[in-house]
Amino acid sequence: MLLPDVLIVDATDRLGWLAGRLLADLGAEVIKIEARGSDRSSSQWRACNVNKRVLELDPEGAAEHQRLDELIHAADICLLTPGSSALSPRLDPAVLRKDYPRLVVVGITPFGREGPRSHWKGTDLEIMAAGGAMALAGEPGGMPVRVSEPQSYGWAGAQAAAGALIALYRRDATGKGDLVEVSGQACVVTALSHAPAFVDLNGIEPTRAGAFITGRSIKGARYRVFWPCRDGYINFIFYGGVAGRRTNAQLVAWMRERGAELGVLADIDWKSWDPTKADQAEVDAIEAPVARFLSGISKREFLIEGHRREMLGYPVSTVADIASDPQLEVRGFFQSVAGSRERFCGSFAVIDGERPALRHAPGEPGAFAPPRRRAGGPG
Amino acid sequence: MSAVPQALADLKVLEFGGYAAGPHIGKVLANYGARTIHVESRERPDGFRIQYPPFKDNRPGYNRSGCFAFFNDSKYSVTVDLKKREGIALAHRMAQWCDLIIENMRAGVMERLGLGFATLAELNPRLIMLSTCNMGQTGPRADQPGFGSQLSALAGLCGLTGMPDGPPMLLYGPYIDYIASIFGASAAMAAVIRSRRSGKGALIDLSQYESGLMFMGAALHDFFATGHLAERCGNDDPDAVPHGAHQCSDGEWVALSCWSEEEFGALVQLIGHPELVRDPRFATAASRRSNANALDALVSAWTAGRSAEAVAESLQVVGLAAYPVVTMAGLFRDPQLFARGQFRVRRHPEMGDHAYCFPGFDLTEAPGDIIGPAPCVGADNAFVFRDLIGLSEDEYEAYRQSGVFD
Repeated sequence: MLLPDVLIVDATDRLGWLAGRLLADLGAEVIKIEARGSDRSSSQWRACNVNKRVLELDPEGAAEHQRLDELIHAADICLLTPGSSALSPRLDPAVLRKDYPRLVVVGITPFGREGPRSHWKGTDLEIMAAGGAMALAGEPGGMPVRVSEPQSYGWAGAQAAAGALIALYRRDATGKGDLVEVSGQACVVTALSHAPAFVDLNGIEPTRAGAFITGRSIKGARYRVFWPCRDGYINFIFYGGVAGRRTNAQLVAWMRERGAELGVLADIDWKSWDPTKADQAEVDAIEAPVARFLSGISKREFLIEGHRREMLGYPVSTVADIASDPQLEVRGFFQSVAGSRERFCGSFAVIDGERPALRHAPGEPGAFAPPRRRAGGPG
Repeated sequence: MSAVPQALADLKVLEFGGYAAGPHIGKVLANYGARTIHVESRERPDGFRIQYPPFKDNRPGYNRSGCFAFFNDSKYSVTVDLKKREGIALAHRMAQWCDLIIENMRAGVMERLGLGFATLAELNPRLIMLSTCNMGQTGPRADQPGFGSQLSALAGLCGLTGMPDGPPMLLYGPYIDYIASIFGASAAMAAVIRSRRSGKGALIDLSQYESGLMFMGAALHDFFATGHLAERCGNDDPDAVPHGAHQCSDGEWVALSCWSEEEFGALVQLIGHPELVRDPRFATAASRRSNANALDALVSAWTAGRSAEAVAESLQVVGLAAYPVVTMAGLFRDPQLFARGQFRVRRHPEMGDHAYCFPGFDLTEAPGDIIGPAPCVGADNAFVFRDLIGLSEDEYEAYRQSGVFD
């Protein structure tokens, strides 16, 4: 365990759940604060709150608030989504920072703590829109779309965890806590990759490209990404560089072995072919025989053959495909808490050759001894 | 930049590899003060320098890439020829200097170079090494190369994007690499914290595939628990209705959602149809879902007469979640992002002024920053090797003359 002595109070809503989960995976003891009787049955809650223990509180109960205060007093990090629960007035980030000088307080909000729209309401849809992600997903000219599985909560939680540990590192060195401020919108922006750089450098605006990829050719050609195959879709892109050249050559070799019609592919020297300089007509001619070939291939066949040939490209998986992937099985990625058959994504990192086990079932109550206060602890 | 020392001011980081998933970890740490050295070679520079647009003024060049710049601001660049014995010796010196090595080569490559964790940990027992690749360091497909733009598909993310009757949709760039890299930043920091507390080093094996699946955790849990197969559904949501994007008078789109009867009442009041709360087609969430197309048409008719900004502001005033669908150009105009300093202009020697993207979090009392522009290839050889690593003049000259760097 990397964080065996770190105690975290997690009073977040969905926007911040993943932060505590990731920190728990790294070995921290994470106490999730829940209102008595709250619904913890959804897959969303259980997947993000496994590996934590739960402290149930009645917002009106004075004794329990004292218990919470004691817990925070002993904690290293407190994760908050301000304004999201009945406990919020007691869990104001600024107040906690003032009362607990060594505490790392993390405040996660849809749009940030300051700024003209800091008070705006936002759920996954609006945060993905505000962060630019929806402008890049969907058919060209059509309706922008989000990922059907909410993503912005993941982005906010993941960046909150990183920020919390950077602040904890400083706390260890200086004795000073901090307030880590996290904007869901800004977290999504960082996932846009270099798309904004096209605007800044060349005045070109990337937008929705459907099942294609743009921005790879200085002549504006778009490349197909998703190819219908026998049982779904395959993600394959004509890349350049060392890996791209190998992939392109291997695909053509595979097609040749199968007796597929090669068209213009037969005469291309992949060592000199440069995708950044191809125009649309050239790309279309290259892609036509590939589309015919891949339409007869299954997803699993592509995965196996792609690995064997060291090709770039993957099938478009469903959750069923993922659940049965031998790579994940061998690495023990899916885990259950001891004594339970409920399955989860396991701890996200393998440390010194071992994947840390999930320690607490979702909703497992914390049978707390009085919180231990570390030497030189908060307050 | 704040006068307060940055949080990671004494942290020393070395990067081997290139493209996205490794360098983005180092970028985040560098933004909070870590001295981060990006190791390349003249013969094989980071692929993002040359393989993908955008390039400044659309003219490719090692030091003109916006793609490389995104992942490498605030770092130093050195060139080390790792194919030479002397290059490996220099890498060993650097490993003794640093706290953390981040590498994203294919599984096994660092060992083959003589830079595996076991070797380097003998030289520096407190060393943290974070190895990140598509599949992780073990397993039947550990050696499979891959880019994040495609791995997002294997992890199910692309399959859950788009309309139910259409193809999967691409998520821009190496989307999954950002999940892995921000997870990597946390794992690396946790290991560094332990190293400072206990003196113990660590080897972290971070699979980009598994990292991406953490963003699919609920769908996977649901499948294991019930057999339910998640499918792409446009912008629909199981709880909220309406829940989608609507085009506005300025051609822009606005995203909005309605999560309760109270919010629905506020919406129909605002769009001038208060009678809809009593309309049997829309009286309950279930009936609204059954008649979603009709409801969306009414909302779209209203948004079509207003700008996206005006629609979002008026919806927020009555308590609904709404935001314009911000375009890439719009990111630079968005008042909230502007207030946060999301993009910070720094002057690059060849690219000139360029806007670099700051992380989504900040420390209030020890704020981060874009410390400097992305480095030109090998620009910091002299400073890094002499002043940071501590090579003597004779050593520096011997390495240079052996062709390890120029």
